[in-house]
Amino acid sequence: MSFISIIIFVGVIGLTLAITYWAAKQTTTASDFYTAGGSLTGWQNGMAIAGDYLSAASFLGIAGAISLNGFDGFYYSVGWLTAYLVVLFLIAEPLRNLGKFTMADMIGARFHARKIRGAAALNTITIVLFYMLAQLVGAGALIKLLFGIDYWLSVLIVGFMMTIYVLFGGMTATSWVQIVKAILLMAGTIIISFLVLLKFNFNFIGMFDAMRTATPHGEAFLHSGVVYKDPIGLISVLIALVLGTAGLPHILMRFFTVKDAKTARSSVVYAVWIIGLFYVLTIFLGFGAAKFVGADAIVAENAAGNMAAPMLAGILGGDALESFVAAVAFATILAVVAGLVLSGASAIAHDLYGEIIKKGKVTEKQQVNAARIAALSVAVISILLALGAEKMNVAFLVSLAFCIAASANVPTILFTIYWKRFNTTGAVASMLVGLFTALILVAVSPNVINPVEGAAFFVGNPIFPLENPAIISVPAGFLAAIIGTLVSSRAKDEISYAEVKFKAEVGFKELES
Amino acid sequence: MSQKMNEQKIDYEYTIQTEEFKSLVKRKHRFTTPYVIFFFLVFFTLPVLTSYTSLLEIRAIGWMTWTWIYSFSIFVMVWVLTSIYMNKAKEFDKDVEEIIKKHIVK
Repeated sequence: MSFISIIIFVGVIGLTLAITYWAAKQTTTASDFYTAGGSLTGWQNGMAIAGDYLSAASFLGIAGAISLNGFDGFYYSVGWLTAYLVVLFLIAEPLRNLGKFTMADMIGARFHARKIRGAAALNTITIVLFYMLAQLVGAGALIKLLFGIDYWLSVLIVGFMMTIYVLFGGMTATSWVQIVKAILLMAGTIIISFLVLLKFNFNFIGMFDAMRTATPHGEAFLHSGVVYKDPIGLISVLIALVLGTAGLPHILMRFFTVKDAKTARSSVVYAVWIIGLFYVLTIFLGFGAAKFVGADAIVAENAAGNMAAPMLAGILGGDALESFVAAVAFATILAVVAGLVLSGASAIAHDLYGEIIKKGKVTEKQQVNAARIAALSVAVISILLALGAEKMNVAFLVSLAFCIAASANVPTILFTIYWKRFNTTGAVASMLVGLFTALILVAVSPNVINPVEGAAFFVGNPIFPLENPAIISVPAGFLAAIIGTLVSSRAKDEISYAEVKFKAEVGFKELES
Repeated sequence: MSQKMNEQKIDYEYTIQTEEFKSLVKRKHRFTTPYVIFFFLVFFTLPVLTSYTSLLEIRAIGWMTWTWIYSFSIFVMVWVLTSIYMNKAKEFDKDVEEIIKKHIVK
């Protein structure tokens, strides 16, 4: 490890700890802990959304996927950006108007039944664990490769950092770590992209010409179909990508950190510009790595291509840039896992403990303590899981999280806002059917049972042919909502749709306090 | 003003029946529905075209194929629709303020 990498890494860690120290002093109430007191401005929350969203899968994963598979890697960029139209047009404002701390709050604004909150919390915890596992496994591999530290120690370092941020600084620290990370990530990506363009003499079109002969795929590199040969499989992945974002608990939670629906809306707009620019630049990361690092070298370092971006930085800008990009990747992972710990903790402490067990009768102090204990538990459990999951495929874990979010959460969120007849039974049915359809189909998919030895947990022919089950599990979630609603009647403790609709549209909550 | 007082005062069954609210919701839905259908169509047309036809494999500019042009257009679409939404939402904000003034804060 060179002197310059130590300086850069210590810098990132020092800066984020300073933020946490500052944030800890202003975190006293439950609202501070979960939502930074709703005090973020539009651009701050927009940057934080970008920092929360652009995970290791986006930075390391997409760069690697484009460098190895050409256009097929870029599908992720297109899908994950378009997802924000779903968030902006259908969900962001009503969510902000109805919810308090968590996604379950928003559904609970209409359906009071405890099983609703329980199901929503179960979904949140499941999604958070899969997503977190992906980030921690990725972080472990990254640090191991860069510094030669053992995998287990790498996971512990990242796990320790995320726990400190959330435990002491709550949402304020998490948000600012995410904002700083977004700035670092954009800076790193812009520098690499500039250097790649420089190598191509700023000839964007010429770059495509060069790519035609730069990889083992030849011309196919520039077309769809290197990986996704089966159309149904491709469409299934894209369904998960474009709908999943709207059901990711750690992203939805970000909308409670602003004061009203107007600010929630403007934060999506900032996020869309930053995230969109980043995803455009993934082309330079991917093409540059394919051309200047080469597929053989990338695969030799990591079979999934996860090290493509740092390796490219090393070739273009030497040790200094490689260390900087590695530190950016480290900060990227830290910011995302902190957001995940917080949303997992909110589901346990606020939804399960506060609302279900204590029925909302908890003092401010009890709430904050419960939140801290829950954050610690979520962190410890995910670190333990990650220690045993070194060999798991990161991209698969993330796409599974998106699939569960799209199948189990999105139907209920949309129907709660837009369907008058929707009821408690429909919501519970949708959340559970969506969750278990996705989980069961993945358990019998080629990710788990594969004829190629070593490719998955078991050797054999998969019962379900698709890697990503969204094309079945998302319609299953919607159907369960509709059927569950139609065969049952309204529960007694439901709030009238009139009230929910009015609050969702008008945002009357702001006038109440 | 306290939450309790407001909760007692507001008759939601009445407020959602008011002409102003009905018209707001109607205009909101009439605005968003076509855009939502449009962006889903544009998005899912991409895999359909790349999987079932070779139309997008034709070179557009140099070796940049139509696959890339189509994908870049989706980026542009996202940014344009975001701006359109922002502008329209400002109009709705005014209506919301009027509804609150007229029917809630009396």
